[in-house]
Amino acid sequence: MKILLIDDSKTMRKIQKGILIKMGYTDLEEACDGLDGLSKVGSFEPDLLLVDWNMPNMDGLTFVKEYRAKGHKKPVLMVTTEAEKARVIEAIKAGVNNYVVKPFTPDLLQQRIEETLSRMATAK
Amino acid sequence: MDQNIVLSFIRSTKDIFDTMLQLEVSPGTPSVKSTNKASHDISGIIGFAGEVEGTAVLSFPKATAYRVCDLFTGSDCSESEEDLCDAIGELTNMIAGSAKAQFEGKEVSISCPSVIIGADHVVHSKKGTVCISIPFSSDCGDFAVEFAVKGLGETNATADAATSSAAVSH
Repeated sequence: MKILLIDDSKTMRKIQKGILIKMGYTDLEEACDGLDGLSKVGSFEPDLLLVDWNMPNMDGLTFVKEYRAKGHKKPVLMVTTEAEKARVIEAIKAGVNNYVVKPFTPDLLQQRIEETLSRMATAK
Repeated sequence: MDQNIVLSFIRSTKDIFDTMLQLEVSPGTPSVKSTNKASHDISGIIGFAGEVEGTAVLSFPKATAYRVCDLFTGSDCSESEEDLCDAIGELTNMIAGSAKAQFEGKEVSISCPSVIIGADHVVHSKKGTVCISIPFSSDCGDFAVEFAVKGLGETNATADAATSSAAVSH
């Protein structure tokens, strides 16, 4: 399972990495914004993406739209401070599969990751 | 709405420190800030745009900032100023984002955070805004959350701030 973490905060990527490693996922790649993320999806070919919303250069919503426009179908979990219902709907419409609002506990992030992967497995 | 803004910053700050750092923080009495001088040595700054415009600042004394950063990242932040800035920026982002989500019915966006280090630095608020400072105490030390947003008049701000503090502490 290859997982791409896209967040402009190194601290947040480190926290997410720690949780993922505890879950047994070690094939991880990091990107610091949407543009960096797009440049890495081709070579890394992630099976799951964790994407922040507010980032410089290219925000997470634009990233997801471009990622989907290129035909990629892997699940995207948005991890963001954007908690308003309208934002969540906007993200889902853009192609986000699941949503975690910061701040989050390790248990919540783990639960959402498992939920997302389970949904994708069922959909196959 | 005005009092709700104060309350939303108090709630979001308590929630972020509790959830991400397992650190209990206690708000003091909010007050109107009369100077542009930063409350402490390190300031995380973020902007609001849309129906609520202005800035929010998370300000720490240096020693407190390092303790908070160590807790947040789970590593020693004294070795890297870049890591310290990143952690303070992310905390600022989460506090502002979480507070924004409580601005009911308001269409608001936030900027990416910036972090400034240096004693006696100055943070200029948006013209026409009043800066409200909320002091917090914790086992890592004291710090402050400040915000200056359009729509919060100075006359009501002091009363709103005091009422909000009372509302949260009861």
